[in-house]
Amino acid sequence: MTILIGKTPATAGPEAAAGGAGAQIRLERVTKDFGLASPAVDGVSLTIEPGEFMTLLGPSGSGKTTTLNLIAGFESLTSGTIRLDAQDVSTLPAHRRNLGIVFQNYALFPHLTVAGNIAYPLRERKVPRAEIERRVAEVLELVQLKGRDQHYPAQLSGGQQQRVALARAIVFHPRALLLDEPLGALDRNLRAALQLEIRRIHREVGTTLVFVTHDQEEAMNLSDRIALFHDGRIEQVGSPETLYGAPETLFTARFLGDSTVFPLGGQPLTGPVTWEGERWAVDAATVAARAHEGGPTALVVRPEAVGVVRDRAQVPAGANAVRARVRDIEYMGAHRMLQLAVGEDVAGRAQIPAADRSYTLGDDVVAWWRPDAQRIVAA
Amino acid sequence: MTTSRPRWLPRPGWLLIVPAALLLGGTLGMPLWQSFWRSVHTVVPVGEPGTAQLTLEHYRALFTDGVTLRVLARTGKAAAIVTVVALLLGYPYAYLMTRVGARARSVLVVLVLMPFWTSALARNFGWLVLLYDGGLVQRFLGLFGLGDVVLYGTATGVTLAMSQVLLPYMVLPLYSSLGGIDRRLLLAARSLGSPPLVAFWKVYWPLSRGGVAAGMILVFTLACGFYVTPALIGSPRESLVAQLLGQRTTQLLDFAGAGALGTLVLVVTLVLVAWANRVGGSMATIGAGFAGQTRSAR
Amino acid sequence: MTAVAPPREPADAPAPVRRRGLRGRRGRTDPVPVWLWVAGVVVAVYLVLPTLIVIPMSFSEATTFVFPPKGNSLWLYRNFFTNDRWLDALRNSLIVAVLAAGLATVVGTAAALGLDQLRGRVARLVRSALMFPILTPSIVIATAVYISFLRWHLTGTLTGYVLAHAALASPLVLVSVTSALATFDATYLRASASLGASPWRAFVTVTLPLISRGVATGAVLAFVTSFDEVVIALFLRSPKFQTLPVQMYNSVVVDIDPTIAASSSLIVVTVSLIFLVALLAGARKRR
Repeated sequence: MTILIGKTPATAGPEAAAGGAGAQIRLERVTKDFGLASPAVDGVSLTIEPGEFMTLLGPSGSGKTTTLNLIAGFESLTSGTIRLDAQDVSTLPAHRRNLGIVFQNYALFPHLTVAGNIAYPLRERKVPRAEIERRVAEVLELVQLKGRDQHYPAQLSGGQQQRVALARAIVFHPRALLLDEPLGALDRNLRAALQLEIRRIHREVGTTLVFVTHDQEEAMNLSDRIALFHDGRIEQVGSPETLYGAPETLFTARFLGDSTVFPLGGQPLTGPVTWEGERWAVDAATVAARAHEGGPTALVVRPEAVGVVRDRAQVPAGANAVRARVRDIEYMGAHRMLQLAVGEDVAGRAQIPAADRSYTLGDDVVAWWRPDAQRIVAA
Repeated sequence: MTTSRPRWLPRPGWLLIVPAALLLGGTLGMPLWQSFWRSVHTVVPVGEPGTAQLTLEHYRALFTDGVTLRVLARTGKAAAIVTVVALLLGYPYAYLMTRVGARARSVLVVLVLMPFWTSALARNFGWLVLLYDGGLVQRFLGLFGLGDVVLYGTATGVTLAMSQVLLPYMVLPLYSSLGGIDRRLLLAARSLGSPPLVAFWKVYWPLSRGGVAAGMILVFTLACGFYVTPALIGSPRESLVAQLLGQRTTQLLDFAGAGALGTLVLVVTLVLVAWANRVGGSMATIGAGFAGQTRSAR
Repeated sequence: MTAVAPPREPADAPAPVRRRGLRGRRGRTDPVPVWLWVAGVVVAVYLVLPTLIVIPMSFSEATTFVFPPKGNSLWLYRNFFTNDRWLDALRNSLIVAVLAAGLATVVGTAAALGLDQLRGRVARLVRSALMFPILTPSIVIATAVYISFLRWHLTGTLTGYVLAHAALASPLVLVSVTSALATFDATYLRASASLGASPWRAFVTVTLPLISRGVATGAVLAFVTSFDEVVIALFLRSPKFQTLPVQMYNSVVVDIDPTIAASSSLIVVTVSLIFLVALLAGARKRR
């Protein structure tokens, strides 16, 4: 399918000309204080590049939805600046920002048909009737809902409503598309299908896309970059690979994927580190920049980087190792996950081949990993 | 998501309540205030010098003029009888509403709301026809040898008509209270050996008392303020407090006395309604939407 | 062979699934007793009989209120529609009710929208203050209004009637619009803003259509309330200006004029139709 909404000059309205592949969104020290104990969004700076798929990820209450609402213009800034391309939109009312938004519960107008809902933004922009009809038909085809235009939202399934909401948000060639947990209300299979759909539409429309979710898997699957939110601040921004492979903080390491965490306290990171009598080599390249700031640090290892052997003699040369006891074994289909008790209170995880059935509960083992596979982060 | 309400109205959107406040305050609030003011000041005849002084004389008069107290007592008695009649008729009806299917229930709701939406005068006229000497009710009673019971122009007739109008106020709070009772409790009580009536008395009735209290207070309160029905069907010699109030105003031109009596009625009403709200949350269940409908019926 | 085989019922076919649920099960173990139905029917008759009896009365030839009516004629209707006193009263009532309902609808809807912007204790306080006409006995309002309106020269005037009835009816509009707003999801407004609608446009294209049923219900209630209001009307009347309920009241108390039967049945039928239509429209919309 080659409908290039917002790119073909014939279909593009004046607003699309400004956007092209979508606008750059720049947040500069953005703060929103609802007057509660701490600000909902606290000095967030973030630049979202034109055409980029940026996910705002975080647990509930971390400020990601508030940030989206600030970009959309639904909340007023306490301080800071928001720019769309060069334009300062900090005080521009929502209806003049020209951003397409898909809401968590879709917010389809119940008194309008599918066609009526999609035509709504075009009518507000006084687009000629014939043009409206053409563009509605075009976008219905893009979201694969042809023939449903005279249905009312209540007559559609959740997935179909989702597509209508998407169609309504892109039909007027917005400068960017903002999606607020758009898949939250759907069941697992439908989610997967719609994730593909959203990616396809993003590719075809080519607009800047800001996606809010608390689901790390969803974020990893979809995004060009992820901004991880924590207590109203951005913990780390980067590609999914960076966040998973090179987390700066313990929070990031824990929020994306599993890991075994060894608290290191405040010991120097220039040479080998010790943990409960174990001595481990440190690869300077795997020490996060934030770990050098002087606070407590922690050593984290992903389960797929951890090997398990019966005794220390079997540990490869140069690897770091620790004694552990098998606490539980989970069969995951593609592999097995060993739950390990390490020392007093560290819960370790090691991924072993599915075919390896040699361990039983209570076995004393040695876990090992290579120094370049570990990561030392700020705790 | 933090919920702060979107501003879709101009910033001081609450100013939209001002017209309503002006209309209600100017048209109803102001007269009520003036009425109260007159009731606590001495009367200064028009054209004579002098300023009104604060006084409770008009309230003292209510209790010493020999008429007001008698009328109040009569009103209270009539309202109490109406309340009991409404309870006796309303309880089984509300109970039936909880037991039938959705379709039958909506028919029952439409029927119980009938007094709400039929014109007050039309209904009072209907009662007048029914209760007239030689009318339908009297002849029906005649079948049981009670043909000489006089209804038109008597307290009995008034009670009968008022109970009908007020039945919705009994049935609706009752229905919402009975509807919330798990009927399996009754079955459980019976399985534990209680005969049906005992099971009802020990299990069901105590659980329904909130609705009963709310309905009774509400019906009593509304019955105290009835004006048209007693005037059309009752006897002038047995007037109730509403008629007394009207009479003081239009015939005796005793505006201060009327103010005192009106204030008394209003205070009693508001106290009773607040009480009903506490016991049963009844105003909410009734939905003031049709609550207003009986206004004209009183 | 292309013939469609008749559907065969397998011998061990499960019994057709009946509608389950508490009611179905109760139907067997816990039936509605007969005495309860009897009581219900008696109360139902009690509820509707006084209303329905005015209809046969309206075809009477007699000049009294005795039931059963004698004869069968339309002279009461003819009288209603030719007698100036009844026609004036009807016209006055319609004018007052339309104006009062219009005023109450505008003012009450505005108040509901305004209250929607307020929160907490203040909102509750204002709301109950605006509801006081529903709780105050009519006779208390009527006597107070009468005395003050006398001084303000509003008794017996169209303005006086409209103001009093609109004030009485606006809480009903407030209630019905408020309940419509309660089901109104505020994200619709964010949605319409994000789609380019200014606050005013959002109000017109989204809020109004979605609360329109509440507004319409309020308007109907306000109209009927005013049209039917008698207590205040009795106090505000003047020989030159009286409403239909007042005329009906007089026809019983003063004139013994059986035309009230025709008037009553006209009102009963009309108002019932209005409510049934509203009810059916509501039921259909909900489906």
